[in-house]
Amino acid sequence: MNTNETLSANRRDFLKLLGLTGAALVVGISSANAEVFGGPVSGLLNINADPVGMALTPYIIIDKTGKVTLMNSQPDMGQGTHQSIPALMAEELGLSLDKVTILQTGGEKAFGGQVSGGSSSVRGNYMTLRKVGASAREMLVTAASQQWNVPANECTVADARVHHKASNRSIGYGDLVETASKLTAPTSPKLKESKDFTILGKATMRPEVPAKSSGKAVFGIDVKVPGMLYASVERSPVIGSKLVSFDDTKTKQVKGVRQVLKASRVLEKNRYDGVAVVADTYWAALKGRRALAVTWDHQGLDKFNTPAYEQHLHELAKQDGLVDHSAGDFAKALADAPTKLEAFYETPMVSHSPMEPMNCVVHWPTDTSVEIWASSQGATIIKENMVAEFKLKADDVKVNITFNGGGFGRRLFQDFVLEAAHIAKAVGKPVKVIWTREDDTQLGPFRPMTFSAFRAGLGADGMPLAFQHKVISPSIEATLGSPHKTGTVDKTMTEGISEQKYEIPNVDNRYVFAELPVPTGYWRAVTSTTLAFAHECFIDEMAHKAGKDPLDYRLAMMTKASDAKRVLTKLREVSKWDKPLPAGWGRGVAQYEFFAGLAGHVVEVSKQKDGSVKVEKVICVIDLGTVVNPDMVRAQTEGAIAMAITAATKPGITFENGAAQQANFDTNPMLRINEMPVVEVHILAEGGPVIKGVGEPGLPPVAPALANAIFMATGKRVRRLPMDLSKLA
Amino acid sequence: MATIKLTINNQPRTLDVEPDMPLLWAIRDVVGLTGTKFGCGIAQCGACTVHLDGSPVRSCSVPVSAVSGQKITTIEGLSKNADHPVQKAWIAHQVPQCGYCQSGQIMSAVALLKTTPKPTDSDIDNAMQGNICRCGTYTRVREAIHTASAEMNTANKLPKNGAKVGKR
Ligand code: FES
Ligand code: FES
Repeated sequence: MNTNETLSANRRDFLKLLGLTGAALVVGISSANAEVFGGPVSGLLNINADPVGMALTPYIIIDKTGKVTLMNSQPDMGQGTHQSIPALMAEELGLSLDKVTILQTGGEKAFGGQVSGGSSSVRGNYMTLRKVGASAREMLVTAASQQWNVPANECTVADARVHHKASNRSIGYGDLVETASKLTAPTSPKLKESKDFTILGKATMRPEVPAKSSGKAVFGIDVKVPGMLYASVERSPVIGSKLVSFDDTKTKQVKGVRQVLKASRVLEKNRYDGVAVVADTYWAALKGRRALAVTWDHQGLDKFNTPAYEQHLHELAKQDGLVDHSAGDFAKALADAPTKLEAFYETPMVSHSPMEPMNCVVHWPTDTSVEIWASSQGATIIKENMVAEFKLKADDVKVNITFNGGGFGRRLFQDFVLEAAHIAKAVGKPVKVIWTREDDTQLGPFRPMTFSAFRAGLGADGMPLAFQHKVISPSIEATLGSPHKTGTVDKTMTEGISEQKYEIPNVDNRYVFAELPVPTGYWRAVTSTTLAFAHECFIDEMAHKAGKDPLDYRLAMMTKASDAKRVLTKLREVSKWDKPLPAGWGRGVAQYEFFAGLAGHVVEVSKQKDGSVKVEKVICVIDLGTVVNPDMVRAQTEGAIAMAITAATKPGITFENGAAQQANFDTNPMLRINEMPVVEVHILAEGGPVIKGVGEPGLPPVAPALANAIFMATGKRVRRLPMDLSKLA
Repeated sequence: MATIKLTINNQPRTLDVEPDMPLLWAIRDVVGLTGTKFGCGIAQCGACTVHLDGSPVRSCSVPVSAVSGQKITTIEGLSKNADHPVQKAWIAHQVPQCGYCQSGQIMSAVALLKTTPKPTDSDIDNAMQGNICRCGTYTRVREAIHTASAEMNTANKLPKNGAKVGKR
């Protein structure tokens, strides 16, 4: 984890919420639902029915019939937390996941930070929730052993029952829960040994998959509460324009339109105006919105154009910037080196574009209490944002988190919730706000671009003596309204560049800050998705300059044992690196280690007769240490690869006169099934007890491995993303 | 407002809606079947795919008045317990990640297998290209379609009374 002090307060808050700064074990006895779930707010429609039974800890509730409810604190956006988080407790409790009810928490204090992001859900909860489960198990065992008057260590658990083999007795959890709930929870319960695991480490079926294969899974957009109205919001395509006036004459003529009002989208420290059209149906709201005539004051923001901005970044690249990391004497080593090379790399802004567009349902039963239904990555963030924005008591904010129709970092930002909350409060009725795909694509926050300037000096043997990676980029936080502190490096923007395991004696990595007038945000694998492309392509350039095999060159820079060295060694073997490829094919390698974890890929491409390049195959080695569900690891990595190919080869987001030029999937295309390569995922799980992230590490190495493969196949060195595969061969 | 009569999942319905309302919103907001999803609104993503008299259509781009009197099948009409062969294959391959696109993927796959019981990879590419999955479940979509195809073809060859698999 990057713990550098220059991490800004915002970023630190995020990390805290992700549970990566040390989570406390929450094992308490609570038999009252009110205590577990905060004060009652509204029972209007609770898609997550309150659990029935007694709580052994806030996470584990058992009723008299033995029915077990496990609380999942990490929102599920497709990364599998609906299974992987309860599994941690179920394993210790001897439960089968298909027999338990899994409910999603809503930001209640008892569950700590409830945020999915940073590939942290399993990492942040692995030991904590196993202890919660083990502690509950020991309470149940104690209750049984006291009832039978036998030593507790002679009792075992399986199938939601405590067993005593010697006397051939067994008793269900339902019959024990009352006694157990009166016991003091042990603070250091004995954990199961991994050799005895029945769930963890096994490819288990996820319990929500049937619902997700039959239209039954409830997403935020599916929530309907009695008396609910619908809203669509017109916002300036130039993000940040002030609303001057609007004419709703034609809007009000649309059948079903009820109300037109000013809206406010609060994105971190930025506030953006809008005009909300509230109607009986979503279709009426949308038609009403299209009939609006709105006057905006763009305040000069319409002067923003991508080509000019890129030119500006090139100018900034001439500055020395600030040192991110240095070792040895870079300047001298570079001057003395017999071989020198330099290169400049560019990447674009891209959208998150989860398949479920932003949406939110809000109901205010009173002026000081509110209930929210949302596809969101952060129940805790919603709660905190609502408390701050509306001056509410935390207990008066009830949050219902549904399945997220994709997140990728977009749903860490609760702007769509706060905007809906403002509208519903003004309307005085429950309101569902749905963003169009165009809204979703054009309004950010976007993944920022990074530009990279490299210099390197190689010795007579071709090995590097001096290396410099200078990042020129906007700062995510500065674009979200927390001004960049002059004289500091924004560590989020240099993520990973100084953490690679290459042993280079003289290094001088730097950062140059650039202002950017449009909001940017955390995108799956954050800045590593762009920096890895630049970094690992330039390493390839060094290898070629040295006349060495790019994979062996990397390994030659790793004399010491490291996870990265293990990954590359494994990759060399499983990719059959030495096996010749068919004519017209090429293969490339890349690895990247960053806050979320580590993976390495080999990509194979082929030249096609029509002058295009086809991505044939991606072979991935992901380094994990401990694995909860290997099938989910594979699925996440397959998905990460698809997302990374989209980001590397599709147009991305560009601006003209302040507005994004892409609006829907026709102009902002995503990878489709015919473009999906064959994917092979190899899990390295020999790193011991260390737990690494799963959701993100599969992304960063894709673009550089692909560009390196294209270089081998075509001799063309791609230094700018996106690359157009149709014109490369 | 207009009164539109149509059949959804074998149930006759009379809807009191604006005639230009896309079928998608009529299904979701008026009928209340939310398995069919909104992804783009312009026939680009396939999340809203339903069957119109057996053929796949993008319900976001069909005005409800245009399908008056016709038969619509949504994901909810495919089976009661997620046990259509395609759904079973989806579960066996653990295809869904976030799951949001999957109703559309499944409806497209079912339609493909109806016209092409033994699809090749390129048949699958052609038929499924209109369905975006931002989570990138394509590899598994492909495998699941092959599995469902094999199961449906075996089931079809079984004598009628023994045909448990593949029955709806
Ligand atoms: S919502 Fe209909 S195709 Fe995308
Ligand atoms: S499973 Fe998430 S979009 Fe397909």
